[in-house]
Amino acid sequence: MPAVRKLAINSRPQRGSSPVLPELVAHLRECRTQLREEWVRRLTEAQLLTAMSQQEIFTETTSIYDNYVDVLETGAVEALQAYAQNLSERIIPRGVETHEVVGMVLLLRDVLMRSLLKKYASSFALISRMLDVYEPAARRIAVTVAGGFVHERERVIHEQQEAIRGLSTPVLPVREGLLILPIVGVIDPHRARQLTAHLLRGIRANRAKVVVIDITGVPSIDGAVANHLVQTVDAARLLGATAIVTGLSPEIAQTLVTVGVDLTRMNTVCDLRGGIEEADRMMGYRVTRIEESACREKGR
Amino acid sequence: MIASVQAALRDADLVQLRDSLTEQVGTYRSRGVIVDVTALDVLDSFACRTLGEISSMIRLRGAETVIVGIQPEVAFSMVQLGLRLDGVATLLDLEEGLEYLNRRTKRVDHDRYAK
Repeated sequence: MPAVRKLAINSRPQRGSSPVLPELVAHLRECRTQLREEWVRRLTEAQLLTAMSQQEIFTETTSIYDNYVDVLETGAVEALQAYAQNLSERIIPRGVETHEVVGMVLLLRDVLMRSLLKKYASSFALISRMLDVYEPAARRIAVTVAGGFVHERERVIHEQQEAIRGLSTPVLPVREGLLILPIVGVIDPHRARQLTAHLLRGIRANRAKVVVIDITGVPSIDGAVANHLVQTVDAARLLGATAIVTGLSPEIAQTLVTVGVDLTRMNTVCDLRGGIEEADRMMGYRVTRIEESACREKGR
Repeated sequence: MIASVQAALRDADLVQLRDSLTEQVGTYRSRGVIVDVTALDVLDSFACRTLGEISSMIRLRGAETVIVGIQPEVAFSMVQLGLRLDGVATLLDLEEGLEYLNRRTKRVDHDRYAK
């Protein structure tokens, strides 16, 4: 029966002062192949990381296992953080989800724990010391990996949102003095502000006299965005341009009336085509058909 | 008549501008006044109200007022604060302002002499 030694309870794995830690680490390294395979088996059972191939799972689990044991030994998470960041960058575009990553790390924790429990099964005191060393380290690892993954996911989402916003607010010069702003999708107050700023800069840059704001592609808006729309029309006027809003869905029309928007301050036309015709009228243009013969000659 | 407003205008300066413009419209028998606010990076409620007063007073003196050069950022802030320049003609810049006034005064002449 091994002598029971008192061990100071500390959240940092201690090097050298406790025989438990090096023993623990040595054991995990020794049984590496077998434990890693056990882990992969349980991953498959739990249907995690289905987006990855067998080869990839082999490679990643090997890296994670080695990293895991290193952190247990040294307590230093920097290398693990870097690895977690790198892993996340690679697997997020593949559609791997948060619960899979968290699940994967927790399964490894469980696999290693059971192995250690078996090893120290002879004495509860030993088990207790082993857990004192193992638990805090395992927790830090789980938090580092999961945290890294979530952080990277949020970064990607943010980046995608910015890209979508950029795509969806083009200000298009159509003729001299005429701009079209086609809006597609959902408008939130942030996007509405961006649209307005964009439009105003476009009016100045293109010296526009008329702007057609087409919202055919916008399913609905709320009261706040309706007010933003009115503000946009007012702001355009301050820069000497008239704004025509086209493509209002019946739902949006209802919102505007319900919100009590002052409709005398807004020019609206049913569709984009009508809006452009109205803009032409305002600017004194008239579109006429050129002679048919001219078209035929060009075709030859 | 063109009045270019300098940046950092105080309330007192605005009032003085209003009064001197109103007077000079008579002295020079102007048909139109352009107030160029390109240099202003803020237009608060007092400024807006005063510009409105300038427009009304000058109209009473038989001339038309046009405000030009409101910057996009200024326009944005104004509408967010609910400040509007209703009843005051606003255009992009001097060129547009002059064109507008020419059109307006020609029309007035036409109406006046058409009979």
